[in-house]
Amino acid sequence: MDLTALWWFWILLLFIFTFLLGILAVMAGVGGGVLFTPIVGSFFPFHLDFVRGAGLFIALTASLAASPGLLRRGLASLRLAMPMALIASTSSIAGALVGLVIPTNIVQVLLGLAIIFIFFVMLRAKRAEFPLVEKPDKLSQVLKISGLYYEESSNELVEWKVHRTWQAMVLFVLVGFMAGMFGLGAGWANVPVFNLVMGTPLKIAAGSSMFVISVADTAAAFVYLTSGSVLALITIPSVLGIMLGSFIGVRLLAKVNPRVVRLIVLAVLLFAGVRSLLKGLGIWV
Amino acid sequence: MKVEVPKEQLVYARILGYGTKISILVIAAAYIAYITGILPHYIEFDKIVELWGKKSHKFVEETNTPTGWEWIGLVMYGDFLNLLLLTFLSFLTIICYSAIIPVLVAKKDFIYFVIALVEVVVLLLAASGLIVAGH
Repeated sequence: MDLTALWWFWILLLFIFTFLLGILAVMAGVGGGVLFTPIVGSFFPFHLDFVRGAGLFIALTASLAASPGLLRRGLASLRLAMPMALIASTSSIAGALVGLVIPTNIVQVLLGLAIIFIFFVMLRAKRAEFPLVEKPDKLSQVLKISGLYYEESSNELVEWKVHRTWQAMVLFVLVGFMAGMFGLGAGWANVPVFNLVMGTPLKIAAGSSMFVISVADTAAAFVYLTSGSVLALITIPSVLGIMLGSFIGVRLLAKVNPRVVRLIVLAVLLFAGVRSLLKGLGIWV
Repeated sequence: MKVEVPKEQLVYARILGYGTKISILVIAAAYIAYITGILPHYIEFDKIVELWGKKSHKFVEETNTPTGWEWIGLVMYGDFLNLLLLTFLSFLTIICYSAIIPVLVAKKDFIYFVIALVEVVVLLLAASGLIVAGH
């Protein structure tokens, strides 16, 4: 019997794949869509339109499942994330509209280049786990963006504050637009902006990134939904798989060392970037 | 060692936590009912398998699937009931933001009150169906 001709074979495979992806996505501080879209788009028989639609819901549900635990533990900050989420969600609507009409191979090449660029930026960063912020900027003081969280791996309270807030806001316009355009979550960009530009500790960056994804992808998901690019048969098992995986991943997040989280983020970024670039260039289709 | 988490953050987390868990259960049940044939199909699975490799606008054309929010009238079919439940997931963010607005007002946190209010407006605009991408 040819299993590949059967709908349930692909749906079962999709569920198992997204469950594993859900565990990794939370620990890496990404929505999962950044891996889901290139891999499922390449190795499953679904058209990229439906894969991108499902990818957005994947990223959205992973972040929805992870956010309550992160917010309760103080590993995500509403004061940090809300202004950025507003900017990202607004621009993600515009990005979604563009993403549904732009040629797919161009989108893939641009995405690959962007992710590989971010990989190298993070690789060279010397203070990624606990960046040094000597003096908070005026905008962050007006918005009262600062906080305290418990670092389980070293058993100490870590105080954090931020700088370069308006520069980060400008970047979130771009991040939100790209998230909507590519039909992906944007943890791969949110984490470096929070961590390297604003100077938040890596765990706060990863946690708050989840919150921003949940808001920005909500806006973009509505555009895909009303444009006929969401297919329930493949989106639902993906969503269920990623949610179940995320519940396990969020429990592991507080226990792992920040250095391990950083390595996972780097591995995720490099793989997804190379995959997107090669696919866009038609080398690894 | 424990850190103090702001009240609006706890409110947001509580609603989102319950909403997500309930959604998982309902979506799982509806999806099982859909794939086992308990709920009727608008598009048969054989037809979906035949068309899931084609562009979405081709899929929409060949299956006569409504776009925008017109599919809401077809929620008696498993296909669209499941789509409706996915839509509910998207609405969770709007519900959570609406819930923290009174908390921000009580704290006299004017800046974040405005941010939350504008966010709700932006998300409702996206959900309105007025913004639809053509292929």
